[in-house]
Amino acid sequence: MKATEKRHAAQSLILLTATRYLVPILLLFSLFLLTRGHNEPGGGFVGGLVAGAAFALYALAHTVHQARLLLRFPPRTLIGTGLLIAVGSGLVALLFQRPFMTGIWSAVELPIFGKLGTPGIFDIGVYIAVLGVILQIIFELMEE
Amino acid sequence: MGLLVLLPLLIPFVTAALALLFWRRHRVQRALGLVGSVGLLLSALVLLVVVWRDGIQVVQLGNWPAPFGITFVADLFSGIMTVLGGIIAVAVVIYSHASVDRLRERFGYYPLLLFLMMGISGSFLTGDIFNLYVWFEVMLMASFVLVAMGNERAQLEGALKYVTINLVSSAIFLTAIGILYGISGTLNMAQLSVQLSQSQQPQMVTVVAMLFLIAFGIKAALFPLFFWLPASYPVAPVAITALFAGLLTKVGVYALIRVFTLLFVQDIGYTHALLLLLAALTMITGVLGAASQNEIRRILSFHIISQIGYMVMGLALFTPLALAGAIFYIIHHIIVKANLFLIGGVVQRLEGSYYLKDLGGLYRSHFGLAVLFLIPAMSLAGIPPLSGFWAKFTLIRASLEENQPVIALVALVVSLLTLFSMTKIWAEVFWKDRPETTPEPAPLSPSARLQLLLPIIALAAITVVIGLMAEPVFILASQAANQLLSPVEYVTAVLGGTP
Repeated sequence: MKATEKRHAAQSLILLTATRYLVPILLLFSLFLLTRGHNEPGGGFVGGLVAGAAFALYALAHTVHQARLLLRFPPRTLIGTGLLIAVGSGLVALLFQRPFMTGIWSAVELPIFGKLGTPGIFDIGVYIAVLGVILQIIFELMEE
Repeated sequence: MGLLVLLPLLIPFVTAALALLFWRRHRVQRALGLVGSVGLLLSALVLLVVVWRDGIQVVQLGNWPAPFGITFVADLFSGIMTVLGGIIAVAVVIYSHASVDRLRERFGYYPLLLFLMMGISGSFLTGDIFNLYVWFEVMLMASFVLVAMGNERAQLEGALKYVTINLVSSAIFLTAIGILYGISGTLNMAQLSVQLSQSQQPQMVTVVAMLFLIAFGIKAALFPLFFWLPASYPVAPVAITALFAGLLTKVGVYALIRVFTLLFVQDIGYTHALLLLLAALTMITGVLGAASQNEIRRILSFHIISQIGYMVMGLALFTPLALAGAIFYIIHHIIVKANLFLIGGVVQRLEGSYYLKDLGGLYRSHFGLAVLFLIPAMSLAGIPPLSGFWAKFTLIRASLEENQPVIALVALVVSLLTLFSMTKIWAEVFWKDRPETTPEPAPLSPSARLQLLLPIIALAAITVVIGLMAEPVFILASQAANQLLSPVEYVTAVLGGTP
């Protein structure tokens, strides 16, 4: 019973309504930052921060528990996965007999994302890892 | 081929990331810890062999040519240091299996250990001064958590001191890098070496050198910046203390040797004379501090400081023989010092205390352990034929050749006092009768006994082997020293023939 009382006390109608609109916008914006990061301001780090802000907002409006459900994976798993993706993107260059972390580009060009290549994958890894770190910290602090 | 230089970084990194994915599976975490550290050791050994055979190995990260991208360089000195890092990592991980409690293991002990090892290897292998700063930070972040983990009162106090002093050091380091970049316009260490030797502002270069000396002096626990070390090292779990004692201060020494052989050699009359003075004072204060302590870990912590003095002495004399002596000393010291802490941990496990007054009689009840203690302890004091003897012998001979009898005398007196400290531990812990008040020793389970003693036996064996077969090790050290003293080789390897 206590958990539901606490939930009611924390929930404000304004925040809840705003969150409903803000979270998708923030997540979309974070993806936008991620995709433009190679040549313009943005990138995986900032994108991950913004995405983290979206989930943190959700956790404020609802509960940390709900935000964890929304996220589906524990933040720690995200950190590990992100780091592995980032390292993996660097290792691709070795298949092409180049030094570690050399950018390998394909000829494929996507409409929004731009040219596909390992730096993009690296950024995705950073995005996931940063999201994981931020949420690991924020969730932990909010649950105290 | 370039991957080889990076493997000592990538293996701990990947295993640490995997350990994050298997957070709740503590067996998997332990296994990953072992895989990561053994992988680190093996890759470092291969790297050292390749460097020995084919000369300095260089990787330009991302295929960006040298002064623009980040370079990783493995010369003999880096290779030796990485191998030592691997040896200690393996020993500490095996020892941790039996000595670190479940709570710490649940809060990511092994991933942190692996990230720490990645930071240490990165510091040894990078060829970019700003990148060195980044690796220092990686290393410090991991070590902050490892010191504070467990939330005991003494731990938090120690961790606070450790964090504060290291942040100060990082700030000074960063400032120095900024000024250096302002003077020379580059961060690549090979190019810096070229630029600084032709610098128009030699006074400014010396100022930066002093900033680096302070920053690395704090990390290496050099006089008068050593005070944080005895306050913070003993509070962590003993496996962690052994790792820190073996490796972390030596990363500071490594950085000092690197910058004061590659970058700041314009005004040797000033900088290296100062280093010599600091070396002497470090030796003396460290050993006197140790003499006044009566807790095993604190005695050993003060001895780290006095030993740092010997290594810096080798750097300060700046002859091939002296630098070879310093490198030999580092090899000997890392193995011996980590081992002494591990033995201290076993003593505590058996008797429940680190205080000399509570201990005694272990010679009778655990003869094997007494012998295992005696090997590194006598080696630390420099008794022939153990590894410490050759290290000290080389350094003292180098100082006499350079007409520096004072520092030779200091080194001899300090090693006598080290012997005093070691015999103090020996007499109190092993020889005197057990105090009646102490409860009966707790027996170890067979598996714990194996996991605790295996690393100790292995490290003691390495000490003996280095002592008995000093010649090959000495040849390796003097080759590494020659490389350090002729930066041209390093510069051409990195910048490719056009320095």
